[in-house]
Amino acid sequence: MDVVFLSRLQFAAATMFHFLFVPLTLGLSVLVAYMETKYVRTGDETYLRMTKFWGKLFLINFAIGVVTGITLEFQFGTNWSRYSEFVGDIFGSLLAIEATAAFFLESTLIGVWVFGWNRLSKRAHAIVMWLVAAAGNISAIWILTANGWMQHPVGYTIRNGRAELTDFSAVVFNKFSILEFFHMLPAAFILAAFFVMGISAYHLLKKQHVDLFTRSFKMALVFGLIFSIFIVIEGDMHGVHVTKTQPAKLAAMEAHWETTTRAPIHLFAIPDEENERNIIEIGTLPGLLSLLGYHDFDAEVKGLKDFPKDERPPVLITLIAFRGMVGLGTLFPLLMIIGLFKRNRLTESPLYLRVMLYAIPLPYIAIQLGWVLAEVGRQPWIVYGIMKTSDAASPIAVSQVFTSLIAFILVYGLLGAVAFYLIIKNARKGPE
Amino acid sequence: MDLQAIWFFLWGLLWAIFFMTDGFDFGVGTLIPFLGKSDADRSVMINSVGPLWDGNEVWLITAGGVTFAAFPRVYAVMFSSFYTPLMLILFALILRGVSFEFRHQVDSPVWRKVWETCLFIGSVLPAILFGVAFANIFKGIPIDQEGVFHGNLFTLLNPYGLLGGALFLVLFLQHGAVWLSIKTEGDLQKRSVNAANKIWPVLLTAAVIFLIASFFATDLYDNYLACPALFIVCIITVAALLGIKIFLKKGAYFKAWFSSSLTIVGATFFGIIGLFPNMFPSSIDPAFSLTARNASSSPLTLTIILIVVLIFIPVVICYQIWTYNLFKGKVTQDDLTY
Ligand code: HDD
Ligand code: HEM
Ligand code: HEM
Repeated sequence: MDVVFLSRLQFAAATMFHFLFVPLTLGLSVLVAYMETKYVRTGDETYLRMTKFWGKLFLINFAIGVVTGITLEFQFGTNWSRYSEFVGDIFGSLLAIEATAAFFLESTLIGVWVFGWNRLSKRAHAIVMWLVAAAGNISAIWILTANGWMQHPVGYTIRNGRAELTDFSAVVFNKFSILEFFHMLPAAFILAAFFVMGISAYHLLKKQHVDLFTRSFKMALVFGLIFSIFIVIEGDMHGVHVTKTQPAKLAAMEAHWETTTRAPIHLFAIPDEENERNIIEIGTLPGLLSLLGYHDFDAEVKGLKDFPKDERPPVLITLIAFRGMVGLGTLFPLLMIIGLFKRNRLTESPLYLRVMLYAIPLPYIAIQLGWVLAEVGRQPWIVYGIMKTSDAASPIAVSQVFTSLIAFILVYGLLGAVAFYLIIKNARKGPE
Repeated sequence: MDLQAIWFFLWGLLWAIFFMTDGFDFGVGTLIPFLGKSDADRSVMINSVGPLWDGNEVWLITAGGVTFAAFPRVYAVMFSSFYTPLMLILFALILRGVSFEFRHQVDSPVWRKVWETCLFIGSVLPAILFGVAFANIFKGIPIDQEGVFHGNLFTLLNPYGLLGGALFLVLFLQHGAVWLSIKTEGDLQKRSVNAANKIWPVLLTAAVIFLIASFFATDLYDNYLACPALFIVCIITVAALLGIKIFLKKGAYFKAWFSSSLTIVGATFFGIIGLFPNMFPSSIDPAFSLTARNASSSPLTLTIILIVVLIFIPVVICYQIWTYNLFKGKVTQDDLTY
């Protein structure tokens, strides 16, 4: 085990853990703000109880999102110092902007929202929640701009042994980042919708607080329906751009070895990376990969064999991640459409409610798979095409990283367990 | 001043504001086991910083982010050299951060005790370690020309480093005790004022020893001797330090808090000015030192983030002051319930 490997493991653990909480913050903040606005507009106490109930769950989730984010901000320096030196000119400035433009607003106002119920007017209090929601989503723009730059570097030149900024607007308007943002945001909103619908379903199954949870369910349903359809369309555009910028990732997603026209998709495939072939291919659909990558059945798709062996991403992981995400992405709009038909007789549809309750983990899985696809599929590059991950780590001792990795696993494991317990406990208890 | 120098002092300013704002949270957290006699006391203490600590902590994130943006080489070398202490700080901050939210979730004394302990550890550890880190920076770090650190955690725990840790801890304790004097009532307030008064001579002693030790252990005074007008920073800091005592005596706790804020900012700037233009001096060979000159970003990046910071930081300061104002006065029953 070397520093690079352990640092990768630690980075993946820390980031993926952070990202168990981030999407709910992004999506639920908007829903809670909307509920509170409804309360201010109508004066209906049910909306107030709704706001407080979902708000409480939001805050537990938010707390962990914040504390796990801080470690990430410093991990580029601790574990990826060579990378940091190389890209700081561009990447660092995006993180700095994120902190000044978004984190301050988010973290300052969340305190106001929690403790300010009796110190602010109802209207002002609701506005505070909107600002918290906006700040969270603005932070996503900047961090995804940073990530998009690693995926597809633009607006730079190599000077003084590092990447130096030459065109800031090219970085900000990087199509890769913009597509990531418009993929990530609906993903987060879908997750929040499932969360709200699932917990509402639990109470509706028990026929308690029926009014409050029917309203919550329907609100989330609208949200989820819109974004689960949107993400399929956007995901498709995303795929085309990935093909253009990172052809090796597309080839790995589908274990596509030979360069061909009319490239197929296999419904089921097991790649054999050693011998550069697939052990099993079942259900071959000709032309579909060409369609996915280029929107053209006959387009030529570059195969993995045309990339040097040391510039290919791990095929199996990338393939599983892509299938899993797209499979779930196809399921979500279906679940939402069924909900659309059942929305006015929810309590009479226990089967559907039970399905929605057990569906809560699905968008979590889809989101993690999406990131695995994006990040593992980018390997061996840390900055696509210009810096390899193996050249990026800090000159530190293996024992240091090993110890911190163990500490991460223990502390995060504990945090995760407590958070899970508290969220379930409060969700079960229901509103006051 | 050129861009690099401007950024050097902005960098110092961000750290100073972080120590000033999160400093009293650290102080309050450390004082919990000593001043919080009852459950109610501890709730009041924790809620005196409850609405504010998160916004305060963002100054740390910004200081880190700005180091990355403006001085990438410093960010890379500093944070990888300080790997172990920084990890300790981060884990401490994680425990502290979740404690605020978790403590009131379950109605059981044992549960609350657990998170109060986490809050204590999460406050005292960063307070000391930030001091150790900065004192070591003043003194110089064993890094070679590649920026590789030749040492370990114990290299940093030298006498001067530990003295820095002690000074920071006492500074934050003072700051926290004065904050509690403002925010609390009755018996708890008496104890807080009493603590603030008792900490003050310790702080004075620690500061004097640190100033003398710095003369022998560091080159901090070189810049001052080259330009004696700079000693004004020391004078202001000492005046602020005396101010704490004077205002405490008068019962003007807010003014005393303002003085301790100024003391912290002054103390930070004392070090920053002495350091200039060094940011991470090498104790192996001064030629290996990272400075504002050889470790900065390109002029284009420095310009862009300067514009961003000049727009946003004043806005941030405005709404943070608004927040402090919104929650001014004693901690009330309202602040204890959601
Ligand atoms: C798509 C969105 C997204 C992504 C990809 C990331 N984060 Fe995050 N982050 C957020 C969206 C977010 C958020 C929604 O804004 C959070 C979650 C909970 C919260 O309070 O803010 C947050 C919190 C958060 C915080 C604490 C901020 C505070 O105190 O308010 C830091 C320092 C970071 N993040 C840093 C990072 C870094 C360095 C990442 C990259 C590796 C990262 N985040 C990935
Ligand atoms: C929040 C969602 C994210 C998740 C779940 C995620 C997941 C991962 C995973 C699984 C890896 C390991 C890949 C491997 O080593 O094979 C990784 C690596 C990495 N990612 Fe991400 N990532 C996320 C966001 C980001 C963002 C926003 C950035 C930068 C702004 C980023 C930068 C990196 C870096 C520097 C590495 C380490 C080098 C590497 O192994 O490629 N990641 N991430
Ligand atoms: C069926 C529709 C979908 C398609 C065609 C699709 C397509 C893609 C593609 C091509 C990528 C890779 C981008 C890259 O390599 O950087 C990606 C990434 C990702 N996907 Fe999907 N996706 C779909 C549905 C979903 C769903 C339903 C979710 C979660 C609820 C999701 C979450 C993610 C995430 C978090 C990433 C990584 C971040 C990013 O690149 O934006 N996707 N998706």
